[in-house]
Parts: sequence; structure tokens; C-alpha cells
Amino acid sequence: MSLTREEVERVALLARLELSPDEIERMTSQLSKILDHVEQLGQLDTTDVQAMAHAIEMSNVFAEDQLRAGLSRDDALSNAPKRDEECYRVPAVLGE
Amino acid sequence: MTLIQMTATELKAAIEQGQTSCVEITRAYLDEIGRVDARVNAYLWKGGQSALDAAQAVDERRTRGQDVGLLAGLPVAIKDLLCTRGLRTTCASRMLAEFVPPYDATVVQRIAQADGVLLGKTNLDEFAMGGSTENSAFGVTRNPWDLDRVAGGSSGGAAACVAASTAPLSIGTDTGGSIRQPAAFCGVSGLKPTYGRVSRYGLVAFASSLDQIGPLGWSVADLALLLEAIAGHDAADATSADVPVPAYTRTVNESLKGLKLGVPREHFDDGLDPAVAKLVQAAIDVYRQQGAEIREISLPHSRYAIAAYYIIAPSEASSNLARYDGAHYGYRTDEVKMMEEWESERKALEKAGDDAGLNALDSPLVRMYRRSRAEGFGAEVKRRIMLGTYALSAGYYDAYYLKALKVRRLIRDDYDRAFQEVDFIVGPVTPSPAFAVGAMIDDPLSLYLQDLFTVSANLAGIASLAIPCGLTEQGLPVGLQLQAPPFQEERLLRAGHMYQVETDWHRQRPQLP
Repeated sequence: MSLTREEVERVALLARLELSPDEIERMTSQLSKILDHVEQLGQLDTTDVQAMAHAIEMSNVFAEDQLRAGLSRDDALSNAPKRDEECYRVPAVLGE
Repeated sequence: MTLIQMTATELKAAIEQGQTSCVEITRAYLDEIGRVDARVNAYLWKGGQSALDAAQAVDERRTRGQDVGLLAGLPVAIKDLLCTRGLRTTCASRMLAEFVPPYDATVVQRIAQADGVLLGKTNLDEFAMGGSTENSAFGVTRNPWDLDRVAGGSSGGAAACVAASTAPLSIGTDTGGSIRQPAAFCGVSGLKPTYGRVSRYGLVAFASSLDQIGPLGWSVADLALLLEAIAGHDAADATSADVPVPAYTRTVNESLKGLKLGVPREHFDDGLDPAVAKLVQAAIDVYRQQGAEIREISLPHSRYAIAAYYIIAPSEASSNLARYDGAHYGYRTDEVKMMEEWESERKALEKAGDDAGLNALDSPLVRMYRRSRAEGFGAEVKRRIMLGTYALSAGYYDAYYLKALKVRRLIRDDYDRAFQEVDFIVGPVTPSPAFAVGAMIDDPLSLYLQDLFTVSANLAGIASLAIPCGLTEQGLPVGLQLQAPPFQEERLLRAGHMYQVETDWHRQRPQLP
């Protein structure tokens, strides 16, 4: 399974990563090698096998509907790279 | 014997008999950290005075005749992947270099409640991704048996601090072997508990369906002690199991009768280093001499485990690590510089009348995300995010992610069948002993293949123990792996202890001049 540079660039955008031309080069060949190894899963017939997403297969874990203390606003904002009194600050989302 | 040469269980007995104090023990470990850690680099943060103060508080309570918890004031090192309130938690990443959690992980709380003393926070592969601790943004951890070799990973610091006698007990995490492999490389004992046995609340997530927190120490009895302190249901982690926690420390000394051990033939094929094979066979003989019945078994899908794991774990990682966006917490790129660059690109496109280019220009917010993540993450983390994003992307989901989940079921079915026949599955932890620092850095796939014997336990969610079973001719430790059905830690620890009663590999320590 050989990946192309274009595919790697597309995935990098999906993953919100900026990759240098060097990194794209390296990533293309390394990911291709790893996917080659993964190809062997295709040897197995899994038609009637149920997917296993989790080791403990439980569902609907209920909790009492009770109020309990959460983080204070200040605690929640305490690690923000940029903030004001009550919000996270980010670069403008909409262009002019 | 000096304090730092004793096992945690022995230290606890010595405190309780009044032969030493928590302050003396903590000071002895801090002194040894000062003497050797610059060479080993197991610690990212060292407790110092705060550890001595905590130890003093336990001593005072004991002197006053008040109750003291299970850990009796023993120092514990914690992998820097668990949140500690008010104390930097870096995950060995530039992304979180300044992150100070506003809350404690449940395991950190339970250790404090059991009167464990936080001795320091240990190094790891960035976000626990790797098998050598070379992917740490803060320098590689070295193997105390041979400083030119890796300590393993991702809990490299957690294993190396025990091996270097700079902590009696340590907390690691295991997503695909990250407790067991470094334990084997460093010649110490380590347990990956059953998925759900220990709360993951406050553990920085890598692959949520595989991650599990567990103890490392010299002896299996030490693991029983630390596991008893941290295990059990936690309402804050919906995936933690509501299964009673046995008093592991009370029964760990009781040997098991009529033991049936399964040896998977797939674990002893060409890929296994002959020196490892020999020592593991010798360890199996120790059980045979104690009356265990040894049976050859087969785990036919184990050869597909790496392929399934390296789809599932990166897929979960790509989703979990989406939270590092440079907006809420963690690293953000230099915004002023980024905006200047963006403005000049935009102006140039406008001037050239390049409408297509203007349309394709990312927004400042997207650029902030992409650049913050590019600068904050290291190469291995980026590789796994890319792999996972690809596997989950439109058109590939069925072929990769869903396929891997189905193979995961086949791997679990192999175990269920095997455990109808045998009590435990026994074999090597790793195909070879610790490798040289730098040997695999440019070859990610080769490094992934080292996880061959360990990833299946995570995919299946079962319990698995690594204990030292000898040294190669070069003086490098080799580990024995014992795997058990879910929630059988009590019997698993007893089985491990049976080996350590007959042997003293777990007492051998490297000499660091």
C-alpha cells in the first residue's frame, strides 16, 4: 500500500498538523511501510466476526442525577495560552 | 543491607517495627536520586522538601499512635502522564511543558490516601507513544544496567527509577506493553492490570480502550501492595469495573496448587533471541519443579496483533489528541509572528489577483491549530496522529479500523479458548533484551514489532505480569510474562510470587558507581 504525497498532505490538514516538505517526504515513506504491514489483516476472513471496540463490553453506565462541584471558571482557564477575565482568546475566526 | 536495597514490603515492615522512619527512607532515596539521576534521567520532577514534609507528617501520625494507611509512608514515583494538582504534568511533551493540572488523578489521590509519599514524576515517551523513552521532549532515560542502552518505554522512567534504586515503588501505564517491556529491560517487576481494574480518571489519554495504570517494583509482593492501594471502582471513570478488590497483600505469599501453565508455540519461533528463549525456558522449569503442569497451547491470531494494534491505538490517539488545539491549554505558537506571516501571504495573493489562492488560504484559527500542533508535538506523536487520522478517514474506515476491531475479537477469542485449558499463559515479555540508544530511532516499524508479545493483552483487556528471570551473558535483564484471565490479579500475583520464592533475580541490582 503506497501513499502519495497528496494523500499525506490531505491527512495532515484533517489532523490539523502543519508538516514541512521534509516531514511529508519522511511521513509518506514511513506510513506506507506501516500500512504494508497492516495489509496482512486482509488475509483473515472476518465476515461473521463482531467488531470489538472495547475490552469491557458494557453499555449504559448510569450515574445519579445530582449536582456536584465542577472546576471553577478560574481553574478551567488557568492553563489557557491566552485569556481574559472569563473567556479563552483565539485568533479571529471570521475574516474581515 | 542499606534502606535503598530493600524491597517496599521489607521497608514497610521495618517502619512498622520501628527500625526506621519514613523521613529516613525518603531522605535515602532523595540522596540516591541526587547521586545517580543525572546519568539515568528517570525523573522529570523530584519531590525534594515536599516529599520530606509528607514523610514527616506520616511519621508524626504514627508516633501519636494514629492509623497509617496501607503504603505506610513509602515513597512512590509517578509517571508524568498522571495529573497532579498544582504540579506540572508534562507527558514528556513540549505541548504540555507548562501544564499545571487543576485536579489530581484518582490514582494520585488514592496513593495519598494510603499514605504514599510522592517522590517525583518520571520520564516517558511523549504521551506514552514509544518503546524506548527516546521520544521524550526532555531527554532519553538510560538503562541502569547499561547506560548506553534504553530503559524501554513508554514507562522508561518508571522502570529505571526502581532499577536504579531511586524509588521503591512506581506507577506506570501500559497501552501496548509500556509497563511490562521497560520492567523486563530494567530487570524489575511490573503489572498491567485487567482493563477497568484501576481508574483512568486524570490519566492523560493515549488510547482509551487500551490504557491501564499499574504498579512497578522489585518484587511481586511490592506490586500487590501498590495495586491494593490503587485498584477499585471509581465513579469518575465510567469504564472502571465495579468488581471487589481482594486484599492482594494478604494472599500473595500463598502458593497455588495444581497450576496449569500454557506456553504459546507462537512465542518461541524464529523471532526470539536465543538468550531470551533459554532464560524463559529455565523459568518455566522452575514452575515445573514446583509441580505445575506445562502445556503447549496456540494463540493462532497473535501474529496479527501488531497490525491490529497499530491501527486501533493510533486511531484512538488521533481522536484523543485532537484536544491539543493551542486554545484551551498547552502550547500555542507565537501568534504575532504567525499573523504577520498570514497577512503578508494574503496581501501578496490579493496583489496578484489570485482568487483560487485566496480561497485556499487557511483561516488564522486553522493556521494557529496546525502550527501549534506542529511545534508542540514530536515526530512519533505526529506519525501516530497521521496514521490514525488516515485509518479513520472517509473511504478507509472499513478497511482499516473496522477490520482491526474484528481481528481484536479473534485475539480475545484465542485467549478465552486458551484459558479454558490453562490457568496462565507464560512466555517472554520481549523478543530481545534492551537495545542501544539510537538503534531504532529511524525505523518506526521495527520498533513497533518489538511489542509482539505484549500488545495482545491490551487488545484483549486481560491482566499481565512481567518479572525478571535472568541476565544474558552481557549482563542484560530478561523478563518472564505471565498472562491471566480478566480480574485474576490475585492469583496472578501469587503465581509470580511462587517464582520469586525459588529465585533471586528480582533481588539483583545494577551497580551505578
